[in-house]
Amino acid sequence: MTPSPSLPNSLSEAEILHLKERALFVRTETVRLIAIAKVGHYSSVFSCAEIFAVLYDDVMHLRRGEPRWADRDRFLMGKGHAAVGLYPLLADWDFFPKELLDGYTRLGNPLGDHPDMRKVPGVDFSSGSIGHALSAGIGMALGGRLSGRDFDTYVLLGDGEMQEGQVWAAAMAASHHRLGHLTAIVDRNRYQLDGTVEDVINIEPLADKWKTFGWDVHEVDGHDVEALALLLRRLKPGGKTREKPVCVIAHTLKGKGVDFMEREPGWHLGFLGPEDEERALAEIKAHGGLQ
Amino acid sequence: MSEALDPQSWQYRGLNARAPSLSVLADTLNELAAENHPVVAVTADLQYSNGLIGFARKNPDRLFQFGISEQNMVSAAAGLATTGYMPFAATFASFLALLCCEQIRTDIAYSALPVRLIGHHAGISLGFYGTSHHATEDLAIMRSIADLTVVAPADGAQLAAAIRASVDWPEPIYFRIARGHDPVVYAKPAPFEFGKAVVHGIGVDLTIFACGTMVHPALAAAESLRAAGHDVGVVDMHTIKPLDREVVVSAARTSRSLMSVEEHNVLGGLGGAVAEVLADIGGAPRLTRHGIMDEYSLIAPPTHLYAHYRLDAKGIESVALETLAKRGPA
Repeated sequence: MTPSPSLPNSLSEAEILHLKERALFVRTETVRLIAIAKVGHYSSVFSCAEIFAVLYDDVMHLRRGEPRWADRDRFLMGKGHAAVGLYPLLADWDFFPKELLDGYTRLGNPLGDHPDMRKVPGVDFSSGSIGHALSAGIGMALGGRLSGRDFDTYVLLGDGEMQEGQVWAAAMAASHHRLGHLTAIVDRNRYQLDGTVEDVINIEPLADKWKTFGWDVHEVDGHDVEALALLLRRLKPGGKTREKPVCVIAHTLKGKGVDFMEREPGWHLGFLGPEDEERALAEIKAHGGLQ
Repeated sequence: MSEALDPQSWQYRGLNARAPSLSVLADTLNELAAENHPVVAVTADLQYSNGLIGFARKNPDRLFQFGISEQNMVSAAAGLATTGYMPFAATFASFLALLCCEQIRTDIAYSALPVRLIGHHAGISLGFYGTSHHATEDLAIMRSIADLTVVAPADGAQLAAAIRASVDWPEPIYFRIARGHDPVVYAKPAPFEFGKAVVHGIGVDLTIFACGTMVHPALAAAESLRAAGHDVGVVDMHTIKPLDREVVVSAARTSRSLMSVEEHNVLGGLGGAVAEVLADIGGAPRLTRHGIMDEYSLIAPPTHLYAHYRLDAKGIESVALETLAKRGPA
């Protein structure tokens, strides 16, 4: 598929800089919020910071201050443990008061480790139990089509999540129902709690799996904001008439932006003491968390 | 090639004609759709077993097939509900309550989405299909999930009334229904209000709390007991949660003994719910919990099982007589 002539094949310097800044913001806010909770999923957020930034600042149709706008694009997370990186973006959309961020995970605050649609405006679906999100996304895509609403549904999945059977039941159903306006993005950071995905339960050949399940599969560098934005922009129009749902395999680095996290998968869950927090923030800011 | 089949022959797609109440779900949904209610339905390869094929025929764009992927179906129903629809998600009660328990808890009940779960062929009504297909735990599981309403209608007319009432009920609901062969208890339209039991009588000697398929045989048993001179009443506790506590309290203050009957384990279902109320108020009469005695059912045709487990009218009457004999002096 070649890029449509009406769409530019590159982003302006300003656009790229903006998206990089948003990814930087996701990382620095994640460090700040986890400091409140004193435990959190740094490296799981760092692998998908550019994906969050591109979706929420470039691709998705949203309305400021209207988290329940019926025609908004939907976003669901199979890897709900990365929610701490999403909350600051939702607050920036004025979906809830920014002050809530300061009480992240504290008694009575709506913002927990996993996103909760019942408590947090802007969270389109709750998650925490890995494997449900793609199915729920199917329901939204079916509802959108039946009601004639023109929204797209994006589902962020972890690569370890590919081990859940429900994901493949959903993959089969989505292509059967021709949900061309449903996009799954796999954060292919290659690590899960017990080790590398390859060692725990190998999921390869991943692209072939999605293809044989009837999906239109694309692979991209998940930290290249320009490539991500161009791909998702190109795929955006015509979802309702497209025959196949879209799977984007985003190749990422767990802990991206902080050298010692990139080298140690144990940072899936952890806490940075003040000195290491400074070190991590300095690194994130030095190269913008980006290459 | 025309082959005339033996008149006794039948096949799966003719199930609807063989089970008179099987069409209730689809018929009621068709009515609601015609009245512009945003009802949709999802099924997991059982659209003939639950009769939803009748909904698909009239509203082909409103029934979504998920194949044999019940958990996927339940999560998708939750997603559909977020877009303004009221999804009815149907499969065998055993699969719905046990296989999909977590999807129901987290995606539907906790998320407070107006999904209507239809667990059909509940209890031991699948007879010789065996334990994998029996659901004698579903009420206990479902009633322990917060913000989920649990209803076991007594017959097709009450199911129709309950589905109709569900349009205005804010919570997600688990409907436990039978296999479409249910004997008729109520004339149409059946009385139904969520959380409000149908009181067929409070007996001075004994009040029997029954739900679902057990209402009909309990009423027959009570009639026979009354003919023998015992003052026996029956309460149709169609809503297991929220339970009609008032009627339990009222029976506890009037009746010398109490009994519960359910096509379910005696642990955690209707009997458990009634026992909790009695414990709360204290000083209540003895409660005999009748049902499946914390065991796995034998296989047999359903009616044979009901007789074996004393869940038919005769069996319920015999358990009631034992209960009456155990009671203290009047």
